[in-house]
Amino acid sequence: MDPMPSVLPDGEPVPSDGALPAHALADAAARPLGFYLHVPYCATRCGYCDFNTYTASELRGPEGALASRDNYADHLIEEIRLARKVLGDDPRPVRTVFVGGGTPTLLPAADLVRVLGALRSEFGLAPDAEVTTEANPESVDPAYLTELREGGFNRISFGMQSARQHVLKVLDRTHTPGRPEACVAEARAAGFAHVNLDLIYGTPGESDDDWRASLEAAIGAGPDHVSAYALIVEEGTQLARRIRRGEVPMTDDDVHADRYLIADELLAAAGFSWYEVSNWATTDAGRCLHNELYWRGADWWGAGPGAHSHVGGVRWWNVKHPGAYAQALVAGRSPGAGRELLSAEDRRVERILLELRLREGVPLSLLRSDGLSAARGFLSEGLLDPGPYDEGRAVLTLRGRLLADGVVRDLVD
Amino acid sequence: MPATPTNVPQPSRTDPALIRNFCIIAHIDHGKSTLADRMLQLTGVVEQRQMRAQYLDRMDIERERGITIKSQAVRLPWAPTEGEGQDKTHILNMIDTPGHVDFTYEVSRSLAACEGTILLVDAAQGIEAQTLANLYLAMENDLKIIPVLNKIDLPAAQPEKFSEELANLVGCEPDDVLKVSAKTGMGVEALLDRVVRDIPAPVGVADAPARAMIFDSVYDSYRGVVTYVRVVDGQLNKRERIRMMSTGATHELLEIGTNSPEMLAADGLGVGEVGYLITGVKDVRQSKVGDTITQQNKGAEEPLGGYKDPKPMVFSGLYPLDGSEYPDLREALDKLQLNDAALVYEPETSAALGFGFRVGFLGLLHLDVIRERLEREFGLDLIATAPNVVYRVIMEDGTEHTVTNPSEFPEGKIDQVFEPVVRATILAPSEFIGSIMELCQNRRGVLLGMDYLSEDRVEIRYTLPLAEIVFDFFDQLKSKTRGYASLDYEPTGEQSAQLVKVDILLHGDKVDAFSAVTHKDQAYAYGVRLVAKLRELIPRQAFEVPVQAAIGSRVIARETIRAIRKDVLAKCYGGDISRKRKLLEKQKEGKKRMKMVGSVEVPQEAFIAVLSSDEGQSKKK
Repeated sequence: MDPMPSVLPDGEPVPSDGALPAHALADAAARPLGFYLHVPYCATRCGYCDFNTYTASELRGPEGALASRDNYADHLIEEIRLARKVLGDDPRPVRTVFVGGGTPTLLPAADLVRVLGALRSEFGLAPDAEVTTEANPESVDPAYLTELREGGFNRISFGMQSARQHVLKVLDRTHTPGRPEACVAEARAAGFAHVNLDLIYGTPGESDDDWRASLEAAIGAGPDHVSAYALIVEEGTQLARRIRRGEVPMTDDDVHADRYLIADELLAAAGFSWYEVSNWATTDAGRCLHNELYWRGADWWGAGPGAHSHVGGVRWWNVKHPGAYAQALVAGRSPGAGRELLSAEDRRVERILLELRLREGVPLSLLRSDGLSAARGFLSEGLLDPGPYDEGRAVLTLRGRLLADGVVRDLVD
Repeated sequence: MPATPTNVPQPSRTDPALIRNFCIIAHIDHGKSTLADRMLQLTGVVEQRQMRAQYLDRMDIERERGITIKSQAVRLPWAPTEGEGQDKTHILNMIDTPGHVDFTYEVSRSLAACEGTILLVDAAQGIEAQTLANLYLAMENDLKIIPVLNKIDLPAAQPEKFSEELANLVGCEPDDVLKVSAKTGMGVEALLDRVVRDIPAPVGVADAPARAMIFDSVYDSYRGVVTYVRVVDGQLNKRERIRMMSTGATHELLEIGTNSPEMLAADGLGVGEVGYLITGVKDVRQSKVGDTITQQNKGAEEPLGGYKDPKPMVFSGLYPLDGSEYPDLREALDKLQLNDAALVYEPETSAALGFGFRVGFLGLLHLDVIRERLEREFGLDLIATAPNVVYRVIMEDGTEHTVTNPSEFPEGKIDQVFEPVVRATILAPSEFIGSIMELCQNRRGVLLGMDYLSEDRVEIRYTLPLAEIVFDFFDQLKSKTRGYASLDYEPTGEQSAQLVKVDILLHGDKVDAFSAVTHKDQAYAYGVRLVAKLRELIPRQAFEVPVQAAIGSRVIARETIRAIRKDVLAKCYGGDISRKRKLLEKQKEGKKRMKMVGSVEVPQEAFIAVLSSDEGQSKKK
């Protein structure tokens, strides 16, 4: 999934060679390393989307550098070479690769394979590496999928969102109902072991039954992973404007809660179990390891405009515009726009807020005394699970998952 | 321009026959300060180049709001340009009175220091209720009234109409009403001549023990308390010991003098003279308005009449938004009290708002001014509870309670409750009679009488509970009369009424800051309104929170804040983490500003919104 909000944080500047402070690489060998590759192109922009993505196929930088769909893979490869220099003699092979967007499958499959090849030659891929790409149901066919699979991709994630035409219309999704389910079969036929379907609930105009139908269609297609997200109406999107004008109704938080309960019930009945607030998998092997790197504070390098990276307590993010991004790389500079060095307390807080979202939860040993007494309170209110608690872990119950942010606010005390 | 007066009589050696003590009665914006400015210039006491607008108004708030809160006295030499006493330099003591209904007592003392008054009325607006009230006060004090229409240079001026109105009120001919423009100076010389001609000279016994009345008392951070007096009998001399007759306290006179308009030391003050004295006291409560000063040795036996202790009429709880500013609030109130004998306060604790003070005020303007000064001069952020009046509660067993804070209204068997009432005077164009009477009737008013001031303007008099005026009455009056009505009121005693306390409960816990005493017929409306508002303002909690209004144990209104069911961000991937951590930090900050009421987190904004809507509606000038 895309680590790319529309607004970049404030931070200190990134050195032009992208160099990291020495401490960031200390004990690196103990942590897995992943790569996120961002493809900032879409055929059309969806009304709810605030990601860093562009519908123009050619974008230029301030001094004329060109980022286009045709040469975009070359820019990514350039940044991978920069990563090699910055990480120096770091011996780690790449454990996970995730290509997200935008719409990665707007690029030829050969380009995606070529970028993966650059990672393989610069860093090497771990033998059991997870290599995922997101895909739009309308932009792939069996040949494309086969080419990806043969090029080394072993996991694919389709943006299904809904099985209902009227819901897809509000979301501006162009695919026809049924197509994502067909994609799962095509991916299986092409040899993908792991297939995900992304769903969105709480779209204005969606009913409980529409949502059940979407879940049933997704389950019926036979993926081993489902992600289900409450629709977030982001400021500045077309959808936010339509809601403000009263053209479509805003969905109530209580409806979101009901839909979440429906999702968990139907998915559990179909053999999926939750392993993160918005993610379910049929087996442990079906979990998305790449996303787990984010949630467990591992190292990852995000390549592409606006992409975020994290290595050993240093977070940085690239310039947003593809033209400016290409310009930096052409000039031999790091495309990094800003970074922050996390304090020990920042890292503790991040661990709590991220790990609490996971089925394994947060070790109680991370909490201070106020946090611990809050945890006891949540236990008695039924937001934390008593079993794991007795073994020293704060793990959310079903109701707790819906209130996770409130729980985090008190646990970090 | 007249020549600079010569042979100016000096303080302590001025023949009372040459003295004229007067004040100016005017409504806000009718031009009193501008007129005073012109008089300062014409009499030459302020040089042209030092002149600034509203010269005598010292506090920022006074100048900004165009109102005078504290009075002053200025000694002006003036030789009339014509008539009797022509070219002979007289001493005119102009006593600037506070202009607001809250300060009626101070006004009455200023008036008692004068023999005459200028009634200054805007020629485009006519007389206003407060001016009328002060005019009646002046008439009761047997003051000579000089009616003056100001701003006659304005295109909207209606001098004929309002001359008629003033003539009717004062009992003179319309032609006797002077017409001036304080702005241009037109007619001001003639006015000064009229002051000399019409206002009687003071009369007192020169060889009697000294008796001087305090008409104002001001704290100055450099000089301590500066006391303004009018000598009635005898003479006060520098460096003698004086005695305050209400308390018997004695002080040494460190300095005595007059204002021209800056302080100027003198040897003493004689019969009829007006000036200041400094004794080294640091607190105006030791030098109280209305008190009589005499010499310590062989002083007077009988004080001058009319002294009263200031009595607070309106109370409000003041709490610092940030609890750690409580000591700062105490210090600020202590400082303000140095200059405000009417300001009373004592510490109180609110379960909802923490530590603060219950503060008593003379009225709503007094409350407003104090609050604004606390926030502006002392940089405090405050929450003020809705203003309330003082209730006297008699229980069935005969015990009596004085209630200044609604949350302390007694439980149990109540026999009778008494509330303060006022006599309200409303002046307005006659077309609004109907809506004004409707408003007063709704506020439990009893009509006392009605008179036409002129063809289309009426004076309506009502007895009203003070509590009804404290609660948004003035704004309602203004909106029902398109801003044309003016209001004045004076306390006239108390009445028994069917009053009840309405409590607001959050999740079963009383929120003391929202308790209110209302008439039993209005309790339900108050309860419904507050409960609905709180439901809107308090965010959903982890559990369902009932919000109730109750009289005793009887619930009269109820709303429910449903439990929050979803509070989780759906997506949290690599690029979201920084944003999410920063959002968490912001939410933690927000949480710190929550007040816990029992187990319910209430944002401070909710308190402010609920309390300030009442307060805001009743805001007046």
